[in-house]
Amino acid sequence: MKARVFVTLKPGVLDPQGEAVKHSLGTLGFAGVDAVRQGKVIELDLTETDSTKAEATLNDMCEKLLANTVIENYRVELLP
Amino acid sequence: MKSAVIVFPGSNCDRDLAVAFEGMGSQKPAMVWHKESQLPDGLDVIGIPGGFSFGDYLRCGAIAARSPICRAVVDFANRGGHVLGICNGFQILTETGLLPGALMRNRNLKYICKDLDLKVETTNSAFTNAYSKGQEIRIPIAHHDGNYTADGALVAQLQAEDRVAFTYKDNPNGSVADIAGILSENRRVLGMMPHPERLNDAELGGTDGAGLFRSLAESLVSA
Repeated sequence: MKARVFVTLKPGVLDPQGEAVKHSLGTLGFAGVDAVRQGKVIELDLTETDSTKAEATLNDMCEKLLANTVIENYRVELLP
Repeated sequence: MKSAVIVFPGSNCDRDLAVAFEGMGSQKPAMVWHKESQLPDGLDVIGIPGGFSFGDYLRCGAIAARSPICRAVVDFANRGGHVLGICNGFQILTETGLLPGALMRNRNLKYICKDLDLKVETTNSAFTNAYSKGQEIRIPIAHHDGNYTADGALVAQLQAEDRVAFTYKDNPNGSVADIAGILSENRRVLGMMPHPERLNDAELGGTDGAGLFRSLAESLVSA
């Protein structure tokens, strides 16, 4: 089973990299970008076939390593 | 006095820290590789050095904080042991949860390497008691991710509990409340972004960092 984990900064946490990307988009002439937030996508291949169990394991992985829950939120997606 | 320095793939201040520990009167510091799961017996202090452990993959300090030796370091700290984390060591300590908050990319996105003025905010710790409160000291920084981040409640708590050890006089990286280093609740774990081990000897160009190692030497001998 394939899965994707999205890790994003919590609202309110300043994202200097997102700000820099926003600035650069403006430099290239892309108008109307109010905000940019940069995050991570992590793709996993799992041997687990039970989607409920896979999801529970992925959440555990996020809590223990993939996300720093002091500053980051995460979302887990199972792929068909 | 017995000390150890933890070494990860990508650590690059481990030997400097060992020299500083030895200079304060420690026995030859044990250099402990990250794959070890046990620390030497009878340690007084553990140093977690600067560098780029595991290439800063995932997040700075994230992989190192989950290594076997870090479980032993957390146990040591929870038993009341003294732990000093400098630069990447500070990042690792926040990732283990021994220190609160997180270190994010510098506000200006630049890697900054220069000598800076710090203010000693508290002398109530084994790391800072040889300084005087409010003393200004010049210590180098060398980091890309030193922007200390904590919510308002945590900053208020750190300040109320006198756990901010050092602040920047001229904030280089965007750290909340100019914070350069913080102490754990029991005051025995210090994490700081600046490198006291790099200005610890006149031959290195300055001695303002020596106070930290002198503090440790005096505190831990009498302990």
